[in-house]
Amino acid sequence: MNDPVWVVVLKAVLIFVILVLYTLFNIWFERRVVARMQHRVGPNVNGPFGLLQSLADGVKLALKEDLVVKAADKLVYVLAPILATIPAFLAWAVIPFGPEVRIPFTDTYTALQLTDLPVGVLYVLAVTSIGVYGIVLAGWSSGSTYALLGGLRSSAQVISYEVAMGLSFVTVFLYAGSMSTSEIVAAQEDLWYFLPLVPSFLIYVVAMVGETNRAPFDLPEAEGELVGGFHTEYSSLKFALFFLAEYVNMVTVSAIATTLFLGGWRAPFGLAQVWEGANDGYWPVLWFLGKTLGFIFLFIWLRGTLPRLRYDQFMTFGWKVLIPAALAWTVAVIVLRKAQQEGQLDRTALLVAAGVAAVVLLATLLLPGRRGDEPAESEPADEPDFDAYAGGYPVPPPQAPHVPTRPWTQTAIAHHARDKEDSDA
Amino acid sequence: MTAFWVLAPFMVLAALGLVLARKAVHAALCLAVVMISLAVLYAAQGAPFLFAVQIVVYTGAIMMLFLFVLMLVGVESAESLAESIPGQRIGAVVVALVFGALGVVGVAQSVTGAVVGVDAANEGGNVEGLAALMFGPYVLAFEATAALLITAVLGAMVLAHRERLGRRLTQREVAEGRLQDYAHHGTHPGQLPTPGVFARHNAVDTPALLPDGSVVETSVPAPLRARDQVRPGDRSEVDAVARELEPGEDPR
Repeated sequence: MNDPVWVVVLKAVLIFVILVLYTLFNIWFERRVVARMQHRVGPNVNGPFGLLQSLADGVKLALKEDLVVKAADKLVYVLAPILATIPAFLAWAVIPFGPEVRIPFTDTYTALQLTDLPVGVLYVLAVTSIGVYGIVLAGWSSGSTYALLGGLRSSAQVISYEVAMGLSFVTVFLYAGSMSTSEIVAAQEDLWYFLPLVPSFLIYVVAMVGETNRAPFDLPEAEGELVGGFHTEYSSLKFALFFLAEYVNMVTVSAIATTLFLGGWRAPFGLAQVWEGANDGYWPVLWFLGKTLGFIFLFIWLRGTLPRLRYDQFMTFGWKVLIPAALAWTVAVIVLRKAQQEGQLDRTALLVAAGVAAVVLLATLLLPGRRGDEPAESEPADEPDFDAYAGGYPVPPPQAPHVPTRPWTQTAIAHHARDKEDSDA
Repeated sequence: MTAFWVLAPFMVLAALGLVLARKAVHAALCLAVVMISLAVLYAAQGAPFLFAVQIVVYTGAIMMLFLFVLMLVGVESAESLAESIPGQRIGAVVVALVFGALGVVGVAQSVTGAVVGVDAANEGGNVEGLAALMFGPYVLAFEATAALLITAVLGAMVLAHRERLGRRLTQREVAEGRLQDYAHHGTHPGQLPTPGVFARHNAVDTPALLPDGSVVETSVPAPLRARDQVRPGDRSEVDAVARELEPGEDPR
């Protein structure tokens, strides 16, 4: 596509504006949803429904004192937040928001996508990997142990989960026959890929949470262990840039998931059959942003639900579970695709094979786990002579009587019972 | 051509910085600049696939590992200039000269002659054209390279592998071992005392003090003790600070 320069500039500016506004909205959205999950209200004072709260917070953040710590490597310290933010925005150059539309008040037709590369998805992978530099360098240049650990964790995390992520892309490329985002969306006209490629979709969803450093994988900024991780020593606008980059990255991976697995800007199931114009004009932008918002909600839901993983568990999961699973699945898809192309496999055979595989998987889930190390349950419970000092430190015998309820607890129970009687009466 | 003349000065500066930078991390950053600029040049030359791969492989993964090593090995340590392999310097100079000549000849050829054939090569799409070449005429070279890389990866794994001599202790066994230590040697079974409980300082090299003012050795991490980097943190230091705070008055 060859757009005039003013169209390109217009689209670039619009993408920037949309992303910044979407970030402001997402911060508010996250706070409200998490609040609801924790039986709170969340920000509801500034603007309608508290929507302007993030704007107020942003202004406050920008007006704070901009500190440059003494031990920092000045140049890299200033460069790091910029390096983290710019790639986050760059990735959006290849994301299709919608089909070809007419720009209002003109006769110009253009696709709702800044540029269409034949290697669009690889481009996103490449650009986001530059973004990690910002985090690593922030960790190194801060001259603080917490920040260094956060930066190292982040880079190890992104490298590990990028492998699984890339492998889940491969199956989509095989189905779509292209690496261009627009062509992948076009190939999903009949069937969204999350259905035939369920394992890839699941692997991608896990990897994208790991890639964006979000809970339960937010080890680089684990506040319980590392204060703030890589951004411990940052304040004011520099910190705001990291914040912006994290939220934009969240939207980016959500948009990639939408584009690759959920049909991109296409109208949700059945809507296009009922309503002819659902996939025309500017409506697809609504579907696209809606699907993206669904993923954002998933991010928030995870954060509200799951505790943080331990670092070694997280790495074990990535390398020993996710990557082998992704590899095996990719090989399976390649074999299936080849067999289909050669005509040795018709639809019924494929469905039967899928059914058998599902049954086998379910059966393995039901099998008892391998627990060889644990002692058998039927150990004699009563030992004749109990030695309190056997372990080296005095302990009460296992059959010791329970500590009687403390008097003040008894009083509290009595009070409670009385209150209840009063309210019932 | 515009892209080349815009990027070339940056690349030359970054390449010089790579050689001249004092800190290893700065050198690594300069290398990243060179590689990203190279990727952009590929894109400008009509090779989008190479552009993406250049960034993913070099800038993304390899540079990150490089940074890792730099950060962990210790950036501040001065390098030893002793020649470990005899004749290495002369060899390096000769190879550098040959490589430079090769580069000059290659660049000169591509600058003087008109470049043709990009459109023909990209006719069926850049990725498809590359795939047809790589899995067609050059499939053997491709497979051989893959085998070489796998061998290198295996070699790295073998070199970095450490045989576990005993079974890994479970959390329970560790706890029981600590209690046995307590029973036989009287070692405190809990955590080591935290450093810096003394209000003057909370750094790890400031030892904790017992009620009688004596120093608890174990409250300072073992590496610091081994390197003899423990602050005294005894009575005299308290007095010194007290004197600073209230000059002219003896604290005792």
